[in-house]
Amino acid sequence: MAIAALKTQRRNLVQSMFDEGVLDNQFNQLQDLQDSSNPNFVEEVISLFCNDAERIITELNRYLNDQNVEFSKLDSYVHQLKGSSSSIGAYRLKLACVNLRQASEERNMEECAGAFNSIRREYYVVRSKLQVLIQLERHIVNLENQQ
Amino acid sequence: MVMAGESQFHVLAVDDSIIDRKIIQTLLKTLSYQVTTVDSGAKALEFLGLHQDDTTNPNTPSPPNNHQEVEVNLVITDYCMPGMTGYDLLKKIKESSLRNMPVVIMSSENVPSRITRCLEEGAEEFFLKPVRLSDLSKLRPLMLKTKLKDQNQKQEEKAAFQSPKLQQVEQKQQPSNDDKGKAIDEGLSPEKKN
Repeated sequence: MAIAALKTQRRNLVQSMFDEGVLDNQFNQLQDLQDSSNPNFVEEVISLFCNDAERIITELNRYLNDQNVEFSKLDSYVHQLKGSSSSIGAYRLKLACVNLRQASEERNMEECAGAFNSIRREYYVVRSKLQVLIQLERHIVNLENQQ
Repeated sequence: MVMAGESQFHVLAVDDSIIDRKIIQTLLKTLSYQVTTVDSGAKALEFLGLHQDDTTNPNTPSPPNNHQEVEVNLVITDYCMPGMTGYDLLKKIKESSLRNMPVVIMSSENVPSRITRCLEEGAEEFFLKPVRLSDLSKLRPLMLKTKLKDQNQKQEEKAAFQSPKLQQVEQKQQPSNDDKGKAIDEGLSPEKKN
């Protein structure tokens, strides 16, 4: 039955994300909050997160490419991204933010560049997997509503 | 004892992060609280009906018709915010006519000195982010306790507000009747502590 197969796929996807450390238990907490009174909660939070993260990554890129890097501004943005990552359960992305904060504190430009690349990479990993998850979720809901 | 409206506590959540506002709002609604979210300390003060100069006179009793338009039972605020931090907001509330308002601080960073500072300034609780449902279930007893205390205080202040002269005369002749349990010890001291 199509729904069962999709649910298995969804379960496996989420499990693999936990296994790889892409997500942590905070994501479970968010899934648990989704119910009939908040039917699209997870998707809404993911959407808010992605918009916010992309905005911050753009700013980080800009500040890192300046002649004179404003480290305090950088730190402020990384702090925000770290917070959002933590709130959504994006574990590896959060760790990448910690690394950038560290590099920024040490004023080590090379490390900063490397850490920023990790942030970008981890963001795209978590975003693409969450997008697949959302699609699966929508598909399941559609099929369930048809029954 | 069941009172109408007891289950509808109103929480004001303050956080500059749109994601965290979304999450805290949903968490609080899951616990059946009425929720208002704002993105800064300044907006929180505005919502509470407090202005900057309200914080300079801690002895101002709340007049019977509070300038606060909507009753808020608890403020939960992020610590790290641009402009006014959660700590600044806490301080302003505790120095205002809303000093009995329970304030809870949230922070993504586990800094013991920060926690101590907030608790010393009067914060009821300090939660580490990401905040969980189990953390927020600690809010109800705080709000209940304050609601009861506030009701008693408002009744006393109403009496004082309406007949200050009478109260002064009474204080000179009798032990002061405040509810802090010191009535017996103060006896007939003519000195009034302001």
